[in-house]
Amino acid sequence: MTGPLIIFLVLAALAVLGAVSLILQRHPIHSALSLIVVMVALAGLYLLMGAEFVAAVQIIVYGGAIMVLFVFVIMLLNAGVEERTNFSKLATYAGVPLAVAIAGLIAAAILKSSANLSTAGPNGALTSTKNLSMLLLREFVYPFELTSFLVLVAILGAIVLAQREN
Amino acid sequence: MVPTNYYLLLSAILFGLGIVGFVFKRNIIAIFMAIELMLNAVNLAFVAFSQALGKGDGEVFVLFVIVVAAAEATVGLGIIILTARNRRSLNVERVDLLKL
Repeated sequence: MTGPLIIFLVLAALAVLGAVSLILQRHPIHSALSLIVVMVALAGLYLLMGAEFVAAVQIIVYGGAIMVLFVFVIMLLNAGVEERTNFSKLATYAGVPLAVAIAGLIAAAILKSSANLSTAGPNGALTSTKNLSMLLLREFVYPFELTSFLVLVAILGAIVLAQREN
Repeated sequence: MVPTNYYLLLSAILFGLGIVGFVFKRNIIAIFMAIELMLNAVNLAFVAFSQALGKGDGEVFVLFVIVVAAAEATVGLGIIILTARNRRSLNVERVDLLKL
């Protein structure tokens, strides 16, 4: 067991526990806090891989902005404990096995196709933040500019949706 | 060094848990959070491949995914507020008609 492997296992366990907790918690605010645990663990994994800029964006945008939005909405709507309702028979008996099957299918396909990929670790200059910004503002400059339109449309949509009709 | 496969396996597990949450949760906000979990799982796979191949493209895609997720969260939560205001419930089983 090397150092990075131990860190990976701890962070991976944290992420999976947070995801399971997201599903099992019945109050939305507890689910939101579990999701924040998952996101922070994933940011740690990005740091472990050497993707420091993505890790910072993950913390700031996902863990900060998006989750604050979720918590605001939960508190604004005064969301209470989730009601229990009867599942359909199909969901009760076939739901979990099918979900496990699809995760297994994805995992099997991944393992089969990535057999020749050896290790993921800090590659230094190859994917540094400088390199990333070069890619983003040269090769991907048109998609980058298009995202500004996307965000503008999202802002307009949120304003139109949230205003009260008179 | 951690093998890339470990990251990809973790990504598949998180995506599966996201699907389970999406199917089994009844609260519309919790369903939305399960979607965010699936997006995060895909991001992990992108970064793992990007690092394994030594190219930055995957990380650029992750940045785009995060921007799209932010836009999706604003519009989606706006719609959730509207439905909750009109139906007085966050349970998706109560939202089964397009028109009130």
